[in-house]
Formats: sequence, C-alpha cells, structure tokens
Amino acid sequence: MSHNDRRGFLAATAGLGMVALAPGVHLMQVAQAQTKRAAGEPASRLQRWGMLIDTTKCAAGCDACVKACAAENGINETVADPRQASQWIRKIDIKDPKNGRQHSLPMMCQHCAEPPCVDVCPTGASMKRADGIVLVDRHICIGCRYCMMACPYKARSFVHQPLTRQNPEVPRGIGCVESCTLCVHRVDKGLKPACVEACPEQAMLFGDLEDPNSEIARRIASVATAQVRADLKLDTGVRYQGI
Amino acid sequence: MRRAATLLALGVLSWLTLPVGSVRAADATPKPTIRIASEGSCIAPPEEMRRNHMEMLKHQRDRTLRQGMRGEKASLNECIACHASKSTGSVLGKDNFCESCHAYAAVKLDCWDCHQPKAGFSATGAKP
Amino acid sequence: MSLVPYSRAEERLFYVLAAVGALVVTIGLAAALHMEHSGHVVTGMTNQVVWGMPHVFAIFLIVAASGVLNVASIGSVFGKTVYKKRAPLSALLCIAMLAGGLAVIMLDLGRADRLVVAMTHFNPSSVFGWNVILYPGMFGIAAVYIWTMMERRMNPWSKPAGFAAFIWRLILTTGTGSIFGFLVARQAYQSAILAPMFIIMSFAWGLAVFLIVQAAMFRWNRMTLHPAVQKRMKNLLGLFLAATLYFVAVYHLTNLYFARQMDFEKFLLVDSEFAPLFWIGQVLIGGFVPLLLLYLPSLSMRCSSLIAAALLIVVGAFFTLYVFIIGGQAYPLELFPGMIVSSSFHDGQVEHYAPRLPEILLGLGGVGIAFLMTTIGVRVLKFLPEDDLAHLDQAAIHQGD
Repeated sequence: MSHNDRRGFLAATAGLGMVALAPGVHLMQVAQAQTKRAAGEPASRLQRWGMLIDTTKCAAGCDACVKACAAENGINETVADPRQASQWIRKIDIKDPKNGRQHSLPMMCQHCAEPPCVDVCPTGASMKRADGIVLVDRHICIGCRYCMMACPYKARSFVHQPLTRQNPEVPRGIGCVESCTLCVHRVDKGLKPACVEACPEQAMLFGDLEDPNSEIARRIASVATAQVRADLKLDTGVRYQGI
Repeated sequence: MRRAATLLALGVLSWLTLPVGSVRAADATPKPTIRIASEGSCIAPPEEMRRNHMEMLKHQRDRTLRQGMRGEKASLNECIACHASKSTGSVLGKDNFCESCHAYAAVKLDCWDCHQPKAGFSATGAKP
Repeated sequence: MSLVPYSRAEERLFYVLAAVGALVVTIGLAAALHMEHSGHVVTGMTNQVVWGMPHVFAIFLIVAASGVLNVASIGSVFGKTVYKKRAPLSALLCIAMLAGGLAVIMLDLGRADRLVVAMTHFNPSSVFGWNVILYPGMFGIAAVYIWTMMERRMNPWSKPAGFAAFIWRLILTTGTGSIFGFLVARQAYQSAILAPMFIIMSFAWGLAVFLIVQAAMFRWNRMTLHPAVQKRMKNLLGLFLAATLYFVAVYHLTNLYFARQMDFEKFLLVDSEFAPLFWIGQVLIGGFVPLLLLYLPSLSMRCSSLIAAALLIVVGAFFTLYVFIIGGQAYPLELFPGMIVSSSFHDGQVEHYAPRLPEILLGLGGVGIAFLMTTIGVRVLKFLPEDDLAHLDQAAIHQGD
C-alpha cells in the first residue's frame, strides 16, 4: 500500500471515527492508527512529524512532560553538577518585564527543517530523517559538541559520564551528544511521544504537518501559531500557540 | 644457551601456528566460553553468524536509525534476548556471550557504551 | 659563518629541555586518558559552555601555527631575503604548533577513539568538516615546503611550494575563524568579520611566537639579531598588532550599533567576569603595552623590548581566546528576545565556567607537543636563521640607517 493510498484509507477511517465517536476520543484513535509503519519500510518524506504546543493550557508548575520523557528515555543517571546533566525537554517560564504577563512552555529539539546542527556536524552524525525527525547517529558521533554550539534552542546535551541503565529501545551513552528524538521508537510503532501522552492538559498535539487533514495541520491553518526564533528561518517542526 | 633459546622460540612459534582444529591445538588452546542460554536456531547458520554478525548489525543499524526501517531480521535487542546469560541477564560479563568471545578475539566492543546489555531491562526515569 | 659544535653543557641542556617537553606531553596525555575514561564530568565544561580550556589552547596553537608560516611567505612569496633565511624555522614551527593544537582538539573529543570515523565520514556543509581536510593538508604542504628548502635539488620548487603554503594557510585560518563565524545561534559569533580577524590575529600571534623561538635559538648559539633585521621584524609585529586591535574594535563597535547585540556587549565589556579579562588581559597586556614597547623611542630599539612585546602578545592571545570562546558561550541564548526566562536548564542565566585540572593539563600538553617537536627539530636539522651580516651592514649604510 503506498503512502497516498494509506493516507486516503486513514482519512476515511478517521471520517468514520468522527461520525462514530465522541469528539476528543476520535483524535487519539486517528493519531495512533495513522502512523504504524510496516517492517522494513523506511520513513517517508511525504510525512513530517511535528508538534503544536498550546501554551495557554500549559501550567507553570507542571513538569509531567519532563518526567514522562525521562521515564521513557531512561534519563535516570545521577549527575553531580546539574549543568552537566542531560535535559531532552525542559520547562521554561517566561515573563514579559513590560506588563508582567507570564506563561510557561516545554522546550526541546524543535526538529527544524533546516537544522543548524546537521549543517555543522563534521561526520554527518547529526541527521534529519526523511519524515523530519532530527536525530544523532551515535555510531558516528565523535563528541565534538559543534552541534551544541550551533543549536539556537539549547536543545542538545552531551553525556558527560558512563551510563548503564538505558532503556533498551533508547540507546544513549558517554561521549556522544543527544537530544529529543520525538520518541522516534514510539512514533515508528504508531504511538505518540511520551510527553504528548503525559500532558494532563492535552496542551501538546502531535501529528503530521504535511497531511492537510491531520488535526495538527488543521489547527495550524486556523489559529495563530509561532515558531521560536522564527527570525532564523529554520522552519521548526515544533510550533507554539499563545506566545 | 643462545641456541637453546632460539630452538625454544622456534618450538613455541611452530606450536602457536598449528592450524586451529588440529588435535593438539584443540586440547591446548584456550577457547572462549560460549554458553547459549536459549538454544535454538539463530537468524543464520553459526558459521555465517561468527563471520558476518558485525556486518549484519552494522547495515541494519544504519537502515534503522537513518532511514527508519524497523523490524529487520538482524537486531541487537534480539541478539540480547536470546544470548543474554540466564543468571545475570546480560550479554556482558567474563563468561557471557558477547564479552567472552570478544575478549578472546581481542576486538573492542563499544556497542554497550550506549546500548543496554541486559535482556528485558526496564529503565526508570527517576534516580534510583 | 659555521655552527660551533655543541659543548657538553649544551648537549645536556638539550636533553633537559627534551625531557621537560616529554614530561609535559605525558602529563597531558594522562589527563586526556582520564577524561576519556571518566567522561567530561571531570572537566569544568558543561552543556552551556561546551567548549572550554582545551579549545582555547588548541585554537591558539592552530591560529598561531598558520600565522607563523607568514614569516616564510614574506620570504618566498614576496621575495624578502631576510625572511627567506627564516622560512625553514617558520615552517617547522607551523608543523609543531599545528600538531599540538590538533592533538588537543582530537583528545578532547567525547569519543576520541573514533578518530577514524572523523576521517572517513565527511559532511561537506560543515566548517569543521572542511578543517578535517585543511589541517592535515597544512602538515603536508609545510613538510614539502621544508623539503624543497633543505634539499638542494628541490630548491627550484621552493617558491611554488611557498606560494601553495601561503594560500593554504589563508584558507585554513578562514576556516578556523568560520567555525565561529557561521554560528547563527549565539550572540557572540555569526559575523563575517571573524574570518579576517582570525587571519590578522594569526599574523600577530605567529610572528610573536617566531620571535620568541628565534631569540631562544640565537641566545643558545650566542648570536645577536642584526639591528636592521630586528627593526624590520619589530615594525611588522607592530603593524600586525595594530591591525588586530583595529579588527577587535570594529567587531565590538558593529555589535554595539545593533540594538539586539547591546545586552551581549554590555555583558562582555562591562558587567561580567570577562570585562576585566578583556580590558586588562586582551586590550592592555596583549595590545597597548606591547605597542608601547614596540614604538616608544626610548624602548623600541632594544632587543629585550621586542621579546617582551612578543611574550605579552602571546599572553594576550590567550586572554583574547578565553574572552571570545568562553565569554561567547557564557552569555545565555536568547530564545524569547525581551522576555525574562527561567528554567531547570539555566535558561536566561549567565554560566560561570571554572576550568578544572584535566582540561588545563590537556591544553598544556598540546603546547608541550609543539615545544618538543621544535626542540628536536632544531637539534637534528639546520633551522637556525643565519643572516648575511656583511650584506646587511652594507644595506644599512646604503639606506643611511
């Protein structure tokens, strides 16, 4: 079944789902059914995975997404100096000094279409998958940290010490740079990223930006959304609403 | 004295270079301890696996990571699932599958700097 | 003039120097091994300041290595006899410092064991990737250049080799400057001026290193630098230094002109721990004091003034790179311009980098490699610049100097 066929089929399924199920329930069904890829089939450039984060729903004290990410990706090491610890996703509290308006949002790898980390990587370890997910190929990462110099979002961390308690599905280790993988191991199984699933406010929406019928594409087409550091024209895959 | 030493050296050398599999070498040469916890057939015959497992894994890893192909025949996690020791649950350790043979062949393994060597390991998010 | 054979005391001194060099190198390698084994957790480098002391040392060595070759280029490309005599030593210093700098950069890698990967996987869009080709190429060209100068039959080729070296070193320093110049993310970098600024700095730093080494060799051989040569090299050093200061001024003034860069400049030049390093270390010690030493009439013709100025320029170079590399990273990334931000990952906070022993020892080890290679090189081959003194005297009388 080609991608287009599947998309048509899935859109039909989604349509049926919409008719059959209460709003709010069907969205999850679509997101899960949409993404399952057959064994041996490569990621497709007809898709582009992205995320839309509604900062008006994101609560300041809440770090459910951060905790879920750590649990899913086995970020469990004890690091003496917190500045040397890995943070794939973090909560940023923002305050406008002029009027005191405050809000909070999760920040992670923005999965740029034009990622500076990929441009600067000397070996090609920093890479963008066909479906837009930016990854580090640790097999050829030499740990030069040039990508960390280049990333405008401070999204990457360097593993400063030996690790032993990794999640078997999420290899990570000493001397390599790492960042949010958009839970690629889950996405390839048709699941949503752990942070999206964990958000108690449903402030994070995951989906295919290239599919005009996807919930995320429709939301981006209908409400005002923004990219962080849009001036750099990196065309980020993670978008924000309400900043 | 010198001649004796030369003879001895020659003797050692010829003994070392005896073809593997000859009766003498089989008795005297230390061999890696290969204990296979879950008996059964691998994805290819043992001879091929011994010779080519690194190539299989290397090509698979590149396809999986860079192209996103999942569910390939060769998979490191599947290796671990079968070959991890029953007692320690790991493929690492002096007598366990990966380490014993690689120590014997003097080939450095850096898979385990990043990959989890224990079968069925479930990672936590919190610090222990 | 022929070389006086080494006396026993001199012989002993050579071995002492070589042993000191070897010791520093060994300590540096041990530090690298420690970092490799334990991870970068033993260093002061963090996820905010990702490049630290090793990079200050390495970039100094690499930039100075390309600059020191300038002495040879003035001889071969621009045909100045006085500099031609100095070309072999200049090429040797280039190779030695490049080796030291590269060793430090390589050993600081998170996966130094994957050097082969760095050589076999090449990303053409990466400035670092270009440098993987530029740096070893520089070795090869400088080595061939020395060969064409030292082997009589190859002499006719020394001019083209010198020219190739000159072009290559310009590209190489452009590449080094562009490592930073192409970084859009950080306030301190992303400027086209960085590449020419690095080239000018390399001229000054390289010549300073050359003068220090030359002075040591002359003293060893109980020779004195001819006043005419000294005057020329002094003027050249002064010119390079003034140009360096000019570029630094332009770099900061352009930044000050852009409203979005104001906060960063205020941070670097006024508020932060880098302000004194900049004003006292980079500008005063590395800039104005050597300028005075070179141009004050009462001081400028003394040989010791020239050497003191060269030493201060080298010290200033380390301040310059520290302020540039560490200061540029310590300033927080601006994700939301104009907003006050805070997070568990130190967003919006200035990072305080405190270098720790292993990374400093690794950096010093790189200097040790350059020192050891130079010491052995000048011992086994004839690198000593020997001026035609009679000819210089003639020329001096001619010019009425």
